[in-house]
Amino acid sequence: MLAAEALELSSGWFLENAWLTGLIPVIGFAIILFFGKKLPMKGAEVGLASMAGSLVIAVGAGVQWMQRTNSADKQGEEAVGLIQAFGRTLPSAAEGETKAFIAPVTTTWVWWQNSGLEFGIGSAVDGLAILILALVAFIALLVMVFSVDYVRDDRRYTHFFAAITLFAGGMLIMVMAENMVQLILGWEIMGLTSFMLIGHWWEEEANSRAALKAFFTVRVGDVGLLVGTAIIFFGANQWAVDNLDSNGFNIAAIQAWALSGEANTQFLLWGAVALFIAAIGKSGQFPLHTWLPDAMAGPTPVSSLLHSSTMVVAGVFLVARIYPVFWEGFNIGTGGLSFIAIIGAITIVIAALLAFVQDDIKKVLAYSTVSQLGYMMLGLGTGAWLPAVFHIFTHAFFKCALFLCAGSVSHSGSHHSFDMKKDMGGLRKKMPVTFAAWCVSTLALTGVFPFAGFWSKDEIIDNVGANGYTFLMWVALGGAALTAMYMTRATYLTFFGEPRGAAAGLGHDDAHGEEHEMELISVGAPEPRSLGAAANAHADDGHGDGHDGPGGHAEHAGPHESGKLILVPIVILAFFAIFAGFANPTPLASRFGEGVELLKKYVEPRATAVVTEEFLGSGPGEMVVLVDGVAYAPAASGLGVPAAESGEEGAKKSGCGFDAPEAGTVCFFPGVSHAEPTFAKILLSLVVVAIGYALAIGFCVLFYGRRDPRLVGLTERNKALRGGFLFLKNKYYLDHLYENVIVRAVAHPIAKTAYWINQRVIDATVDNVGVGTRKAGVWVYDNIDQKLVDGAVNGSGWAASEAGHAMQPTQSGRISQYGALLFGAATVFAIVLVILNVS
Amino acid sequence: MLAVNFLLLAAVLFSIGVYGVIARRNAVMVLMSIELILNAVSLNLVAFSLMTGTADGQVFALYVIAIAAAEVGVGLAMVLMIYRNRRTIALDELSEMKG
Repeated sequence: MLAAEALELSSGWFLENAWLTGLIPVIGFAIILFFGKKLPMKGAEVGLASMAGSLVIAVGAGVQWMQRTNSADKQGEEAVGLIQAFGRTLPSAAEGETKAFIAPVTTTWVWWQNSGLEFGIGSAVDGLAILILALVAFIALLVMVFSVDYVRDDRRYTHFFAAITLFAGGMLIMVMAENMVQLILGWEIMGLTSFMLIGHWWEEEANSRAALKAFFTVRVGDVGLLVGTAIIFFGANQWAVDNLDSNGFNIAAIQAWALSGEANTQFLLWGAVALFIAAIGKSGQFPLHTWLPDAMAGPTPVSSLLHSSTMVVAGVFLVARIYPVFWEGFNIGTGGLSFIAIIGAITIVIAALLAFVQDDIKKVLAYSTVSQLGYMMLGLGTGAWLPAVFHIFTHAFFKCALFLCAGSVSHSGSHHSFDMKKDMGGLRKKMPVTFAAWCVSTLALTGVFPFAGFWSKDEIIDNVGANGYTFLMWVALGGAALTAMYMTRATYLTFFGEPRGAAAGLGHDDAHGEEHEMELISVGAPEPRSLGAAANAHADDGHGDGHDGPGGHAEHAGPHESGKLILVPIVILAFFAIFAGFANPTPLASRFGEGVELLKKYVEPRATAVVTEEFLGSGPGEMVVLVDGVAYAPAASGLGVPAAESGEEGAKKSGCGFDAPEAGTVCFFPGVSHAEPTFAKILLSLVVVAIGYALAIGFCVLFYGRRDPRLVGLTERNKALRGGFLFLKNKYYLDHLYENVIVRAVAHPIAKTAYWINQRVIDATVDNVGVGTRKAGVWVYDNIDQKLVDGAVNGSGWAASEAGHAMQPTQSGRISQYGALLFGAATVFAIVLVILNVS
Repeated sequence: MLAVNFLLLAAVLFSIGVYGVIARRNAVMVLMSIELILNAVSLNLVAFSLMTGTADGQVFALYVIAIAAAEVGVGLAMVLMIYRNRRTIALDELSEMKG
């Protein structure tokens, strides 16, 4: 290997040991589970410490990743000179477009070998992985701080922290996965722990049903993950073995295979479809979104974590991680109308519409999450990779903040109710900090300049349009307006208007009987509203102790601001909801230079072809393989210079993801294009959002505030509106479809058949085998054991005894006889000896 | 020639000894018969010594005589004890070892 070809990339302890971020929470989980109840804070401190540890490592890795990227750029120029000295053709330095691919830092251990396949476990971190790692650890840490107060005195406090620690750990393991097997591992850990957390208050039947629903619905998608992984494995394995000394589970090998131009399109297409079905299930895309709102049955911190940075983001992350498969499988690069984009667009609209008819504040946020995930999928499906990933990043902060605000409201404002119409209203004066954080996050969610959501969501919309999907762009813009409207409605119902129910102090001063009566009524309802009344009824009196605020309210003295442990995470998240967008403010790039686009520089993998030999089998193969080397693109024929880098609209598309890479080189990421932001487009989206706000505020004031007779009861009077309202209220009847039609028509006959087969075939077989075995046993006992074996034993005893009796007379006790025998025998022997010697 | 006569004499003595051991009931007579057998063997050893012209056989014979003296001492002591306990030394009646 010529020294000039390989760039020496800087690495570092944090990058090479990023696997610790996943390991620490898993160990923390075990410690909490076994020793948690004996610890002073009942295990919460272990959870907090493990998340803090993961966060430190993730942030350290992030810093070192930036250094690594910078080192590549710096040495790239030097390498150019060196290669020229060896007389090779090169991209001219003046172009400066070809940037070295930054190889992920991989640390793996082989834990299983089977017929030449090696399965590794460890970490493969690049910009995307580190971004999500740090995000997950950060959000999980804040949510845990929140939970310390929020779930205080819960019956299963320790178990809650154990599960939530493992939950975050599962996401971390998945994000750092170097091969698909590890990705599935993390994915399934999350599936299991989300089931535990959603069903945390399982004593109430609705909660356990919601947990089961979430688990089974996601399971439907998980089948896609397994099938898709298998399809991709069979498609990619031979290629990966031949070219990269890797295997078909290795994610980098899959990426390279998909972009190699040698991949079978059928494998790519069906693999992409199957994997996207997994993403639909996990990320709550239409039509498997139904589990997400029901998952609100869990404690609010769970909803918050589940909906911001973990679990639902897993599906989006899966698509972003092995993006080349989808890029090639769905022809995203050539402008194909992909499955992903369609599902994403449908999800944006239907989820946003559903958010209008929810009375439960958390369900509004849940549908909002579904809708925002639709944006991410839309972005990925139309080639806007970076904006989609950016939206994951910003969305995590403001959505987490919104959920924690909802938790704060229910905790201190509405006496554990989440019903906006019954128990909230007018809380803005009572809970000023929560209200301010909520407003900031709402503005961020709706994409108002200059809050976080603006930079990411606008980027998605902009890129969708720029990539030629005009219709989808308008759908996304409509979705943005809908977002503004339903968030206005939720804000108005919660914080403005007259206080109602618990927010007005009812149910606080009264005896608890009334409250519990209400909860009892709601037990049978399909949507669990109350905060685990069954599990927490005993703790009601204890709730609110110790953090009642400086004023020293008496117990249950009406709505009041939450304690510090709840407010601090909310305020930190609100801060990020304002400023997270400046991580990648593309519209500012034209004014301040590309340097402001941090994510573009550090997170987006560079679409540069890499010399195959440089790919040091970063998959399993040796105990610890650290990939430090990176190749400089061999410059011939402008390979590895993605058109997008030139920034020209409609430039000739070539390079990674469009052409097959030259022999001896591989690509790991397609050359995605980036839209040029224009003032007109930004203004357009801002105007759309403003119209949404104006309409919604007007409606809310008229309808909820003044009870305008023209609007009140409109759904009862107008048939068409009533139909639409009921259609939404029943969630498009999808739950009915699943439970009554699909489950009944498909699952019940299957169950019956299975039962029949079980009884008649399997049980019969088992029974017959049992009876036959018994008969054989009896026969063996009678014939072999009793007759043969025992006969042999008894016979030998009998023979010995008879022989003894036969010899008895020789033992007469008479010495003369003994002497005669002795001498007789001696004589016989003597005669024999004489005969033998003579003859 | 001479040696053969020794061997013949020894054989006769041995046979008489064997007859005595088998046929006599008196324990003292049996002991004496054993002495005859031993002396027959000693005579054989001396005869072989004469035939081979070495002193080994004679040395052996001396040992046999010494050990025979000890054996007779033990044997007579046992006979004496048997007599004291049973007032008889008839070997027919000493049949406790019957199996």
